Amino acid sequence: MAEDPDSELVSRARAGDEGAFAELAGKYQSSMLSIARGYVPSGAVAEEVVQEAWIGVLRGIGRFERRSSFRTWLFRILVNRAISAGVREHRSVPVADMGPVVDASCFDAGGTWQVPPEPWADQVDDQVVAAKISARILSAIDELPLQQREVVTLRDVQGMSSGEVCAVLDISNANQRVLLHRGRSKLRQVIGSEFGRGR
Amino acid sequence: MSRLRFRPRRDIVCREAVELVTDYLENALSQAQHRRFEAHLAHCPDCPEYLAQMRAIVALAGSITPDDLTPGMREGFVSVYRRWRDDEAHDPV
Repeated sequence: MAEDPDSELVSRARAGDEGAFAELAGKYQSSMLSIARGYVPSGAVAEEVVQEAWIGVLRGIGRFERRSSFRTWLFRILVNRAISAGVREHRSVPVADMGPVVDASCFDAGGTWQVPPEPWADQVDDQVVAAKISARILSAIDELPLQQREVVTLRDVQGMSSGEVCAVLDISNANQRVLLHRGRSKLRQVIGSEFGRGR
Repeated sequence: MSRLRFRPRRDIVCREAVELVTDYLENALSQAQHRRFEAHLAHCPDCPEYLAQMRAIVALAGSITPDDLTPGMREGFVSVYRRWRDDEAHDPV
């Protein structure tokens, strides 16, 4: 396993350093809220779930054996709390959302682009453009269906490995890739439309 | 010896390539698929841009830095933490 990026903060939080705990909280709070909101009926309940998760973390941190990364353990606690507080069945990839990621009308009968993507990828290198688009991508992630939002948040926003994400969400690597693919593809459409056309 | 002959594989088309992008970026394609995907990219005028956009999405999502805690939130976390620390002092695990 790769070295835990939170190793030092966790040691300090264990040893009584409240600043280290606050730093961990700042790092993960918004992603935790975003994920919790998918399980429970309201933002207020999501906040309660996240707070309970942090209390669970503190209760367990002395016994946390670092067999997984701290963030895997943290999000696992969160998801368990959210499931017990939540109203919806979780797991399994929703079949309803399995259509093509690019509208079929963009391709000719042979499967070649007839309405190719408008180029914008190189504009993202521009700092000013990237800063504007970053705000939009955050709201676009929040609009993704829960499972896609979870995977994109953990993988792409938090930078977790596929193994960590599978451990947190208790899904197979293949499912993880499907959800990541669909989530990223939707974000591509949203950001594409910010640049003019969202094909 | 027809048994040993490889079944000729047709090239992948754009419609298929867009569905393989994530598996490609995740290194989850078989060697044969990987080669066919890259062969398609090499001659397709549009799919390289599609791949670049998906890469840009990953980079953009990774550039999001979580909002700093508001002072009120920070205070909340610190007080939860202090309560825990005091409990631990009285009732060590």
